[in-house]
Amino acid sequence: MRVKVISRVEEDYTRECKTDALRVHRNLDPELRPMQRATEYKRALNAVKLDKVFAKPLVGQFGGHADGVLCMAKSPTSLTELVSGDASGEIRIWDVPSRKTLRILSGHRGATRGVCVSKDGKLVVSCGDDATVRLWTLPKAQMGDMSDPTRKIPKVTTTAVWQQDNGFRDCDAHWGKNEFATAGATVQVWNMERGKPMHTFEWGVDTVLSVRWNPVESDIFASCGTDRSVALYDVRMETPLRKIIMQTKSTKLCWNPMEAFNFTVANEDTNLYSYDMRKMDIATCVHKDFVNTVMDIDYSPTGREFVAGSYDRTIRIFDYNAGHSKDCYHTKRMQRVFCTRFSMDGTYVFSASDDFNIRCWKADASAQLGTLSAREKRKHQYNASLKDRFKHMPEIRRIANHHHVPKAIHKATKLRRTMQDAETRKAKRRVAHAAPGAEKKEFKPARKKKILAEVE
Amino acid sequence: MARADALDAALETLDARTRALDAPRATDADDGEGGGGGGGKRRKRANEATATAKSIERDLRERAKKYVVGERVSSRLAGDKKVKAALRENQNLAEEAALKAAAHERWFANDEVGTLEAEEGERTYQYQQRDIVRAVDVNAAKKAFDLDVPGTGRYYVDYSRNGRELLLGSSEGALSMMQWQKHHLISETDARETVKDVKFLHNEQFYAAAQDRYTYIYDKRGLEVHCLDDHMHVNKLTFLPQHFLLCSVGTQGILRWQDTTYGKIVAQYRTKMGASNAMTHNNYNGVVHCGHKNGTVTLWSPNQGTPLVKMLCHRGEVKGVTIDKSGKYMVTSGQDGQVKVWDLRTYMPVHAYYSAQPSSHIQISQRGLLAVGWGSTVQIWKDALQIKQNSPYMKHQFSHGQKINSIAFCPYDDVLGVGHSRGFTSVLVPGAGEPNFDTFVANPFESKGQRRENEVARLLDKLPAETIQLDPDAVGKLRAVPKEVQAERRQLAIDAELSRRKDQRDKNEAKTKMKGKNRTSKRYRKKQLNVIDDKKLAKMEAKRLREAGITEKRGGVAAPGETAGAASTAPHAPDGVSKALRRFYK
Repeated sequence: MRVKVISRVEEDYTRECKTDALRVHRNLDPELRPMQRATEYKRALNAVKLDKVFAKPLVGQFGGHADGVLCMAKSPTSLTELVSGDASGEIRIWDVPSRKTLRILSGHRGATRGVCVSKDGKLVVSCGDDATVRLWTLPKAQMGDMSDPTRKIPKVTTTAVWQQDNGFRDCDAHWGKNEFATAGATVQVWNMERGKPMHTFEWGVDTVLSVRWNPVESDIFASCGTDRSVALYDVRMETPLRKIIMQTKSTKLCWNPMEAFNFTVANEDTNLYSYDMRKMDIATCVHKDFVNTVMDIDYSPTGREFVAGSYDRTIRIFDYNAGHSKDCYHTKRMQRVFCTRFSMDGTYVFSASDDFNIRCWKADASAQLGTLSAREKRKHQYNASLKDRFKHMPEIRRIANHHHVPKAIHKATKLRRTMQDAETRKAKRRVAHAAPGAEKKEFKPARKKKILAEVE
Repeated sequence: MARADALDAALETLDARTRALDAPRATDADDGEGGGGGGGKRRKRANEATATAKSIERDLRERAKKYVVGERVSSRLAGDKKVKAALRENQNLAEEAALKAAAHERWFANDEVGTLEAEEGERTYQYQQRDIVRAVDVNAAKKAFDLDVPGTGRYYVDYSRNGRELLLGSSEGALSMMQWQKHHLISETDARETVKDVKFLHNEQFYAAAQDRYTYIYDKRGLEVHCLDDHMHVNKLTFLPQHFLLCSVGTQGILRWQDTTYGKIVAQYRTKMGASNAMTHNNYNGVVHCGHKNGTVTLWSPNQGTPLVKMLCHRGEVKGVTIDKSGKYMVTSGQDGQVKVWDLRTYMPVHAYYSAQPSSHIQISQRGLLAVGWGSTVQIWKDALQIKQNSPYMKHQFSHGQKINSIAFCPYDDVLGVGHSRGFTSVLVPGAGEPNFDTFVANPFESKGQRRENEVARLLDKLPAETIQLDPDAVGKLRAVPKEVQAERRQLAIDAELSRRKDQRDKNEAKTKMKGKNRTSKRYRKKQLNVIDDKKLAKMEAKRLREAGITEKRGGVAAPGETAGAASTAPHAPDGVSKALRRFYK
């Protein structure tokens, strides 16, 4: 007779002393875990509820400006630096971790409309209503103890001032060269070492509102203006490349840093439109949800999401290919948002608003900050994949899609929905019931509807 | 020892794989050489290595089948390109996970499945318990013991989920909990009432006892914590650990599910088939199986007031029901002396065994051993569910007069606990239990902290009672409703609305017409009918004349003989002009 029975000695299965780690034994047989699918569904439900419990996105605010903050710029070399300009002309350099002002750059005699930081992070370019472009050098001096309340904030004066005839609306530094572009009555390309623009592009007589360099194709940049146009330029050519005319004005635009042929414009009609620069007769995506003019947009360095701020006092975060926002941030005190920026590590979002404040938010409202242990990381990954797996279930979708918004915005959204539905209904009926022989009116999709013309 | 073996085997596998990987390179080199003297030999070796690698791969895929969850769905079914890609990626990941689990299996294994093999010319069922005890090591031999307490009633047995604690309840009212391997008595209490069944709740901290009238919950110390006065005259208890539901059935034939986390009765249904003595739940989907006096077994979920399935299993009373771990096979025993195996996927009988007497004690162990007890005999059958066996695997005979009352396999151990009329006996059954436990499922060596953490984790994962249904994988799935069904439903809804409106119309018409007759204005108008004035006189006169055949015309009295419709045939109107227009032709 050969016999073997299970015979476990407790010492082999338990730790020797209390300081040892507990012993863990695994058996991956699915039969030991019946109803696994239901359990996972329950866990997904718990995870999505916990997300809402932990959704506390506001990290802090940067107080100090004495007027509405109109523009911001992030440094390409430093995670801790942020530059902002306000309507009184003051520019401040911020130390992000301590939320204190490092430097005040004063010189503008009208509102600062645009700031940008050069690619090496040493120069700040600003322009504004006083028709000047100003260059500022940032001294590399130790700032001392940031927590000291009696600390004096040093003032920096302009390195160079270049006066022009018309006010400026925006400026953007080149991603690779020592150049920048300004938008105003015309689009001008400047070298940081010369006092005169190298190129001037004109197309019609209207003001250009925003200009952005393409991060990959180093000679190409895009602009949008008050003539409702979104235009592409190439510095190697005398004239602008092409433009589209939309039904309403676009306020700002931003390139997707990872797919640099795609860019998104923030439009006055409350939507954002993503375009492929190779095929501008149709938008790749229309991003809806705001209820008032979208004032600014900025992509995350990952190119997977972007943040937009609106005149309706909210900022929203969108997936680059999603029609609706995945989150909406607002506070009681935040006024009209003029400028939004993603931090260079993609974890935070900055918003500058009319209430003289800059606010810092988490890009993912319920993200756990700080150093995570390996177990915590695994847990978050597990929860994320569970949420993804069951995202179509009605209960989970309902909880995940619920965002609290102020009552006024809630009402406005509802009203807009009603109006849009009626419009769509009417358009469809017009097509369906057109008299026989009458000119057929085409039903245009939203991606095409707002594009009036394409000009070469 | 087992670990060292596993290590060797794994190293071998690894070696063979490396060889297989090198094989094509070696062949290439041979070709480059243009076939030297050693080329053929080397090629042969390479081919052998490839063959070994292939067989290992095949073996791995075979073993991985166990770890595959769900079925592979053809990505062709998905219409959208992105969905298709995501589906394919997910399924590949799942397949990879299963392969990895199979590859790591031997690294996780601490122990091997117990075995009992007979010598030449002998049969395993011929071995007595004392032979087995003599053949195993001291540590294992300690697991076979006998608690001989004659005259204290018949004993009911239950093991905790990790198999460490044993719960005994006697029909005379003695309740005791012990750590049976250490022979350590944890608590002992006297219910002073007949006990008819005992069951551990989610861990060893609480247990339920079905007593003469009500069911009670006791804690580890043996103190009565709750009296469940809804569960009256209960015969059988079962506990669904993932749902935290205590289910009972008794002489009234009412099934009750009670949530043990917050005490609410989730559902109670009359089986309408009289008292029931056999009940268990299916681990695979949480459905409760209940055996009845008329030979049927009914499947119940707390979400439906009628049985999900009714199976006629025996001629005569169903005395015992048990289900294997995978939820595929159910075994029932009946008054007709049969022990039948059923396939729960088709609800068809697989085959049947006979017991010498009607058996009311059947259990299936974690590794699929079937124990059948009647009178003072317990038979254990191996591999008896899928294939019909000719002889039992083991037999255990108690002394005459020791009537078996309850049997239970100890989880994660090779032990069968038998409660009988003289106490309790622990019997060694090699190959009964799962040798490799999972710390996060059930841990026989759980510390206090681990127990607490586990309790919290399981409460977080507690499933709602709504998830109990025949197909547990249906949870979290969206069902696409076919277009025809949608159209049918729409038509039904329209029909229902139309019939509702018709009913309402009929109802309105059938209403009494007297409504409103007594209104003040109506009464006033009626009174006015009796007042005779000039206008009325004229009207009455006109009426009288009309009845007499004389029509009064506007502008004069009609000539005698002229009919009332004469005006319509005015001479000026041309033919073909409609009646309504004739008045315009004068």
